[in-house]
Amino acid sequence: MTPQVVMDGLITGAMIGLGAIGVTLTYSILRFANFAHGELLSWGAYAALAAAGALGSVSGGLLTPIGPFSFGWALPIAALIAVAFTGGLALLVDALLFGRLRDKRSSIIILVMASFGAALTLRSLLEFIFTSKPAYYTKALQIALPLGGGLRATPDQLLSLGIAAILVLAVHLMLTRTATGRAMRAVSENPQLAGVVGIDVRRVVRTVWLMGAGLAAIAGIFAGLLVQIRPQMGLDLLLPLFAAAILGGIGSVPGAMLAGLIVGLSEALAVQFVGAEWRGAVAFAILVLVLLLRPQGLFARPQ
Amino acid sequence: MSVELIGYAAFFLTMALSFAIICLGLNLQWGQTGLFNVGVAGFVAIGAYVSALMTTPDDPNRFGGFDLPIPIGWLGGSLAAGIVSFLIGALTIRLRADYLAIATFGVAVTVQLAALNLEHVTGGPFGIGFIPRPFAELAGNSLLFSLANLGVLAITVTLLYLALERLVRSPWGRVLRAIREDETAARALGKNATRFRLQAFAIGGGVMGLAGAVQAHFIGFIAPDNYQPMLTFQVWAMLIVGGSGNNRGAILGAVLVWGIWAASAGAISALLPPEQQARAAALQIVMIGVALCAILLLRPRGILGEERMVSRHLGKLARRAAAEPAAPQTDSQGASRAENA
Repeated sequence: MTPQVVMDGLITGAMIGLGAIGVTLTYSILRFANFAHGELLSWGAYAALAAAGALGSVSGGLLTPIGPFSFGWALPIAALIAVAFTGGLALLVDALLFGRLRDKRSSIIILVMASFGAALTLRSLLEFIFTSKPAYYTKALQIALPLGGGLRATPDQLLSLGIAAILVLAVHLMLTRTATGRAMRAVSENPQLAGVVGIDVRRVVRTVWLMGAGLAAIAGIFAGLLVQIRPQMGLDLLLPLFAAAILGGIGSVPGAMLAGLIVGLSEALAVQFVGAEWRGAVAFAILVLVLLLRPQGLFARPQ
Repeated sequence: MSVELIGYAAFFLTMALSFAIICLGLNLQWGQTGLFNVGVAGFVAIGAYVSALMTTPDDPNRFGGFDLPIPIGWLGGSLAAGIVSFLIGALTIRLRADYLAIATFGVAVTVQLAALNLEHVTGGPFGIGFIPRPFAELAGNSLLFSLANLGVLAITVTLLYLALERLVRSPWGRVLRAIREDETAARALGKNATRFRLQAFAIGGGVMGLAGAVQAHFIGFIAPDNYQPMLTFQVWAMLIVGGSGNNRGAILGAVLVWGIWAASAGAISALLPPEQQARAAALQIVMIGVALCAILLLRPRGILGEERMVSRHLGKLARRAAAEPAAPQTDSQGASRAENA
């Protein structure tokens, strides 16, 4: 086993972890498994692509690579636009679909089914707008830097890992140290009771969507930067996201990130020892094992 | 011309009826029992591949080809899908409701991967061809051939419909709906909810496997691409449109949605230039997705809606009660109120 497997696994795992935080938050606070979450990753990636393209055509200087990275200032600015856009998209879908179903007191499984319908709609819409041809943020090639101990990584990969770590820490601190975070945890425990003590449940719901969608957009942009952008990318990541959210324990942000890294590392190991074509089955194998051995996940809070 | 038209109508209906079988399976899982299966395509694929392996002639390039008779293949495909459903159900049904959904989604992804990569068993991306078709000796006369196949499908769907109707009206079916409506009450009456759900899920999966086998033998060729998440989505749209919880609704929805699908696909290929067709096909999926969400919001019952039924003996009871208005009447009202709750 080469140490490089660990590096590849960590990078994929960081993307999965960021996405899984959104899944675990919607699951614990809105109480349903959102099959449309993967599409938020793809929409984030494509929104950044469109915004970066527009910025680049306004000012070509934004496209000159920053320092060692493969992209110019257009991409970080586009990423902020994409985060805002994806958050708006999530709020729109909630207003049109999930919110109405919640108001009608539909059962959880109807919400799950609606998310399944929303996923296919969103994905096909992307395919309609951008076609199914793969796209890239930059055409620049990067040389992987030796990090010592046989490890190599490109500057882009190291930046992604660093940003992912900062974001996880920020979300964790926000949930545990701020009033908004406390309100979110209260709604997750008991929405009725939270409403009775004066917590604005609607605001909490909005915050959950904005946070989940923002993190999904960033995960999607990383996936687009490090691999490629395709309308199917969200669908391909959906099972790893669910596996990570369940393995980490529903509702646990550090758990989702750690489990994301575990899923990413297992995928890298499978690519190394079994073959790249079986990568997609790794998440399923992990899911089956968790459900068999520890259905509450690694870090579940006592119910 | 008219012969062609009848031929096409027969082909269309045969396809629609094969979808109706999948819908009937899903109706047992979702409509009667409330189990959400997001991996329909996976279970259909298992049925199709197992039946194809059992019935095709020996092929030196891959495992098997056992040259068995078609009905044995149907049975085998159905059994295999039923067993996989049972295993997945046993793993997840005792847990949270949406874990089953996630796990079935995983089954669909994994079956798709296995079909693509296990080239020595499934033929890889090129799939399996030369699957024996019923009435192959009639293939010279395409009209007769289509009508004969339509007949096979019509008989299969009718038999399945009658069997399922009998099943859901039996005490067993009553327990399923009781668990779906109020699990605590059903368990208080001593019904093992997990076991009943598991049985319904396994039987429903077996019916989907049967549908996969039937479809494979009708078309004569299968490939992993036929079993994309799109298929799951179409079947769900069919059941929701027709009315979940109603076996006739499942069949009606299959014919209707397949009709809309085939008509819009035909319109796209006739009206649009070839380079735009892939994009238009994406829009077609958007349309179905929006329709599914709209029905969930506006008319969750579907066209026919769920039939209210308690027991097939209840009709007799009510008639007797009308003849002599006494105690049994309140009994039947109480029962139907329980059904409404």
